[in-house]
Amino acid sequence: MRTLNKVGIAGYGAYVPMYRLRAAEVNRMWGTSGEPVEEKSVVGLDEDTVTISVECAKLAVRRAGVDPSEIGAVYVGTESKPYAVKPSGTIVAEAIGATPGVSTADYEFACKAGTEAFQTCIGLVGSGMQRYAMAIGADTAQGKPMDALEYTAACGGAAYLFGPLDDSLAEVEASYSYVTDTPDFWRRPKEIYPRHGNRFTGEPAYFKHIIGAGKGLLDETGYKATDFKYAVFHQPNTKFPINVSKMLGFGMDQIKPGLVAPLVGNTYAGSSPLGLAATLDVAEPGDRIFMVSYGSGAGSDSFVFRVRDLIKGRRAGPKVQAFIDRKQYVDYATYLRHRGQIIQ
Amino acid sequence: MSVPRYWREEKPRYRLLGEQCTGCGARYFPRTPVCVCSGTEFKPYKLPETGKVVSWTVIRSPPEGYEKYVPYVVALVELDDGLRLFSQLTDVAAEQVRSGMRVEAVLRKVKEDGSAGIIQYGYKFRPIVE
Amino acid sequence: MRGVAVAGVGLTKVGEPWERSARELFAEAAVAAMKDAGNPAVDALYVANMSGGHLQHQLQFGAMMAEAIGRPGIPAMRVEAGQASGGVAFNEGVKAVASGMCDSVLVGGVEKMSDMLPECVASSQAMAEDQEYVAFTGVTKTGLSAILHRMYTEGFGARPEDVAMFAVRGHDNAVGCAHAQYPFKLSIERVMASPMEADPLHMMECSAVCDGAAAVLLCPAERLRDGVEVAGTAVATDAFSIAQRGDPLTLGAVRRAAERAYAVAKVAPKDMDVLEVMDDTTIDGVLSLEGLGFAKRGEGAAFVAAGGTSKEGEIPTNTFGGLKARGNPLGATGVYQVAEVVLQLRGAAGPSQVKDARIGMAQSMGGVGSTCSVSIMRRA
Repeated sequence: MRTLNKVGIAGYGAYVPMYRLRAAEVNRMWGTSGEPVEEKSVVGLDEDTVTISVECAKLAVRRAGVDPSEIGAVYVGTESKPYAVKPSGTIVAEAIGATPGVSTADYEFACKAGTEAFQTCIGLVGSGMQRYAMAIGADTAQGKPMDALEYTAACGGAAYLFGPLDDSLAEVEASYSYVTDTPDFWRRPKEIYPRHGNRFTGEPAYFKHIIGAGKGLLDETGYKATDFKYAVFHQPNTKFPINVSKMLGFGMDQIKPGLVAPLVGNTYAGSSPLGLAATLDVAEPGDRIFMVSYGSGAGSDSFVFRVRDLIKGRRAGPKVQAFIDRKQYVDYATYLRHRGQIIQ
Repeated sequence: MSVPRYWREEKPRYRLLGEQCTGCGARYFPRTPVCVCSGTEFKPYKLPETGKVVSWTVIRSPPEGYEKYVPYVVALVELDDGLRLFSQLTDVAAEQVRSGMRVEAVLRKVKEDGSAGIIQYGYKFRPIVE
Repeated sequence: MRGVAVAGVGLTKVGEPWERSARELFAEAAVAAMKDAGNPAVDALYVANMSGGHLQHQLQFGAMMAEAIGRPGIPAMRVEAGQASGGVAFNEGVKAVASGMCDSVLVGGVEKMSDMLPECVASSQAMAEDQEYVAFTGVTKTGLSAILHRMYTEGFGARPEDVAMFAVRGHDNAVGCAHAQYPFKLSIERVMASPMEADPLHMMECSAVCDGAAAVLLCPAERLRDGVEVAGTAVATDAFSIAQRGDPLTLGAVRRAAERAYAVAKVAPKDMDVLEVMDDTTIDGVLSLEGLGFAKRGEGAAFVAAGGTSKEGEIPTNTFGGLKARGNPLGATGVYQVAEVVLQLRGAAGPSQVKDARIGMAQSMGGVGSTCSVSIMRRA
């Protein structure tokens, strides 16, 4: 998919909370072994998807240097919105000063809710409907005790302010979406924890859709893996993104800067957006970046970004690495307290 | 828990927005209806989002509604423009807090009206992340 | 404006009288005061109460207590100024008599804190602060005092133990006091070893939950030949939030109320023989001493530690135990203070008696100095 008018990323901001739960601590609790990631991020008592989104959004606005009243849309993609009914987007829009001339909504498509919002914002800006539109992917993913996903369900996010090309640090060259009805992971309204199909979440879900969206975009654009300096994939754990990148022809040095899962875990709707932010933190003008998200249910959005000169002046403030390095380990009981899983 | 009371203070709390008397220039956070110079005309004043800890305490016997967060730090913060305000500190252990510590504003949950009422967000301050 | 005298005083024992309601406590103190004054008619009633609306869900204490003391129909109102309610109510009563509008005014205070859980009581005390920008942070009244305590010790190099001595001195004075909540000594070691209430304030530096009522009956001075006269009384306020004060360690409201009271009474700090101050926490007491002019800014703690406020010291302070040891039933406290000064000046203070007390001062404070009332009384 391409837009009529050229669109880019005017500003971006990412955030990871400071607390960490080691896989080793999960194993200590349950007498299990295995480390799909080394450790995962855990929210503080006073954090949620809204506070994470606001932090990311403010940094994106600051870096873009735009007057927030010019932002025409704020979309928050998440599967852990604090209110089942009441948009997180209105709180974020109010906090950054984009109200009242703004459109907002919350998106849900599991881990690709954020990149769903990317597609919409690209369309809004590309059509000329809005000059600037913001898409946020953020989550405070809830892990079921003793479930495989408990090691990885993490918290974090990233915000992207899309705008006209001439005010962008990276151009959106093209995008693609690949969606089927594949119930690999879901949650019914009254349930606290999602359920998943275990091994079914692999080949028929994650791999099929990432490859579908990845190949679809490569075919449409005519690019090969070697045309890209970097690649970012949805990262539910350390192994999956490494494997899928190989399957699409990418190498470790291409995906390394964007591979945050080993030390952060899977930030769900924040996952590939956070990986993209970590990549933009080190990218140089001219670098081409390939990104494919994945959301259970299932689908993938893929994007080609090309970094521009403006990036040099748009990386003030904390980088993703600063948040990864800022950490305090918690034990399992403290983790439960932070996740609201202790009955008080 | 009053929804209108919370809503009225959203912009000042979310954006650290105070007011400045157009007559004598005195700055206020929070806003006030009448200036000490008797002026009643004000314009918006955006406070800086960084400052330092002047003093602090650790709350161990909380008032109603704050039990879930105990123990928590409340500080008198002086912003970079000289204005002061009270705020919780977050993302820092009580033992690590020092007078003079540099801090920055973040939006966090302050209290919730159970599992069915609204969530009240507001500013807190944390050690600056560079 | 004519002179005003205190014709009668009444106090209840501060504690946790589970079986007695606020009405019954108030009536006990009021009846004792009226009896002490020879049972005159009562023209008007001022009821000091801080938290009855929150703790008992009860308003209109004025009308309620007028009936409770057997005088339904008289003019009556509740006075609220946080923990300064008692002192401010006294100030109002004095004005009513001084103006000539009333000849016999009963000023009483009552608080019943033990009805509710500690979190609720903490909330009610935080209601004396700006709800949206101070109490909203989850800070308590004790927490605000603690913030000033840290500024005080770090800013002046004062020793926390010296500040804590305020509680020790109060307890020394409470021994033998019939109406005190905690009529026993307390060592500095026990104070400093007690758990943190709101760092850096220890639990035993802070007044406790309690119930109590006190009352005084006021009449024109010409009616009491050798009684106790009100020499001067004043009320002042300060910026509502400590964050808005240029110098948080100077309690401006205390200073202003004191200056006015001294001026009207034509006396100075050195003339005081006895003093009752607000030690809701130890640092509140220290800062009050400085605001009232008994110690220089930053020197109050050392003054207390060196014995300046003990019964043999320069200014005997909190002679029945003060807020920490006699007790602090919020809205009633200011009236307890006045009653205690009167007992001292009459020579009726029993084991707590300060020798030759002729002039005394009572200082009542809401928040950490948002409202302050200072009253000076003199033996006629």
